[in-house]
Amino acid sequence: MDLLQFARGPALTWAATVFVFGITWRLVGILLLQRSPDFSEARNATSWLGAIKLIVTRSWPRREFRQRTLFAQSVGYIFHIGLVIIVFGFAPHILFFKALTGLVWPNLPSAVINLTSAITLAALIVVLVRRLSHPVLRLLSNFDDYFSWLVTFAPVATGMLTVAHFGARYETLLAIHILSVALLLVWFPFGKLMHSALVFISRGTTGALFERKGASI
Amino acid sequence: MSTADIDSIHPLELDQPRFSVKNPAVRYDKQGELPDVQRVELAMRAFVKDFGAVAATYLESCIHCGMCADACHFYVATEDPKYTPIWKLEPFKQAYKREAGPFAAIYRVLNLKKKVTVEQLEAWQELIYDSCTMCGRCTLVCPMGIDIASLVGLARHGMNQAGLVPHELWAVAERAQREGSPLGATPKVFKDRCEWLADDNQVDIPVDKVQADVVATMSSIEIMKYPDSIVATAKILNHLGLNWTFRSDGYEATNFGMLSGNSAWQQEASMKLIHATIAAGAKLLILPECGHAYGAIRWQGANIYGKPLPFRVLHISEFLAENTQNGAIKTKPLDKTLTFHDPCQISRRGGAIEAPREVLNGLGVVPIEMKDTRGLNWCCGGGGGVVTIHRADPIRYKAFQIKMRQVDDTGAELLVSSCSNCRQTFDDGQDHFHWDKTMLSLLELVADNLEEK
Repeated sequence: MDLLQFARGPALTWAATVFVFGITWRLVGILLLQRSPDFSEARNATSWLGAIKLIVTRSWPRREFRQRTLFAQSVGYIFHIGLVIIVFGFAPHILFFKALTGLVWPNLPSAVINLTSAITLAALIVVLVRRLSHPVLRLLSNFDDYFSWLVTFAPVATGMLTVAHFGARYETLLAIHILSVALLLVWFPFGKLMHSALVFISRGTTGALFERKGASI
Repeated sequence: MSTADIDSIHPLELDQPRFSVKNPAVRYDKQGELPDVQRVELAMRAFVKDFGAVAATYLESCIHCGMCADACHFYVATEDPKYTPIWKLEPFKQAYKREAGPFAAIYRVLNLKKKVTVEQLEAWQELIYDSCTMCGRCTLVCPMGIDIASLVGLARHGMNQAGLVPHELWAVAERAQREGSPLGATPKVFKDRCEWLADDNQVDIPVDKVQADVVATMSSIEIMKYPDSIVATAKILNHLGLNWTFRSDGYEATNFGMLSGNSAWQQEASMKLIHATIAAGAKLLILPECGHAYGAIRWQGANIYGKPLPFRVLHISEFLAENTQNGAIKTKPLDKTLTFHDPCQISRRGGAIEAPREVLNGLGVVPIEMKDTRGLNWCCGGGGGVVTIHRADPIRYKAFQIKMRQVDDTGAELLVSSCSNCRQTFDDGQDHFHWDKTMLSLLELVADNLEEK
């Protein structure tokens, strides 16, 4: 078994297993915890509307906070959108998903993917520099923040190298790329990357609780 | 503590060369004589008890983006990163990950999250108490929607169990539990006050009526510092011709048990009001101009009672708004410009945002809104018990300057709010900065301008 076979075979399979089992474990571990009943007289009975409202509206900053948070949110949006375009718009990725699910959709031109990848990497570097230099972020940051950054950055960087056939044989580059994705999948349930699922639960929880009280959301 | 004690605990290094003088030691207060190991154990037990589904969701969700700092008056006023709201919960988060999270076993076995130490808890006392009013502005900026303020409230439970509460806050909470009021407004003092206020102002102030449709309550700050609020409440309720009363077994709505993190004391204080209202056979409990009292009874009261309350609960501003809108309260128009300070626990976190504005409209005033207003209003800096903690004064004054700028920018002639704790903080800030603005009470404004029937 060569490196590429290992990456495509056992590495990816085990990584996907850890990914699915880990996510399920973490979500179930939170959601099955005790929820106390609320006997207070609700101001608004339709608290689920608040959950939806907060899930949607918290996606952009309020006017009052815009000045102070616009830069961080913009850079965040750039690399998140970039990652979505790369993962779901690149032809080889679509073939991978087709093999996995049978679903297929049109791909984006390579030039668009390349440009997006470059912008995404640049945005991720800005994010890292900011985390290392901003006093608040430096104080808050721990291993999870830096490792999650690394496992996000690595697949994009190795993907670009693979497409460019730069630095090694194509098969080796592809194997490294797939292994970097495997690493991301293995880390995903344990660190902050889980925010991609938790964002809906956390926002929804506050939205529902606050809507019930008529509090600001 | 004597001067000698202070010198031995925090020795001055005046004889040392200037460059060798260290930063002052972190100062913290302790209650009781417990060994450190036991303090940590008690804190951990309380922390773990509070890790329900909601707290766990929040503690799992933080992405360390730091945006909460930008919403916090203590961070914005100082730019000191330690005042970042979510950082104030670091030991709480650490305890969660190690003791209760889905991967706690891994964190413990591999020691990836260290045990919380007493030194951490001592150092965090300032962050959990002195520099957080639990105003919840940070909750509104968090991209994950984490309600950081509620987590600080929970973290205070563990700190209280460990006997690590700022002493002034602990002392007033203890006094409230022992005497029934944090500021000495015992049932006897309260009844005496009601009696002389009734005489002085020629107004009927019923206390301890056997049966009443409405039970009114006061905050100790009003009873001791702003007694005109008692008169104002009586004038309005009499004006409406209601069968109402104060009850000497349930008149004090402040809840320092809640603010200091003592759940048992919180429960005891809340149950007094609940039992008094039930004993009077009342259908309505009116909460006074006090922010945290509103949260304690309106939103937490029924949960402490264990079932829905058999009566309605309204903040005085909501009560005034209802009766202004239905025409029962008629007031003379106020010929002044005015701005309104939203008390965080009533507006942002309590949901009674429009009520005071409806009352002001009844007075013929459309308030000049501050730039960040309603739910996004900046806190006065004194809530959450902070105003009682003397060592927090310097940082509180810095935060208060944000508020002063907000108010000054409106150019309004009058400044009004519906929380006596905010009012007290504004009065103190006015004195400190020799400011030309005096905080007025919405309740008193209505009472002073009632139209005779």
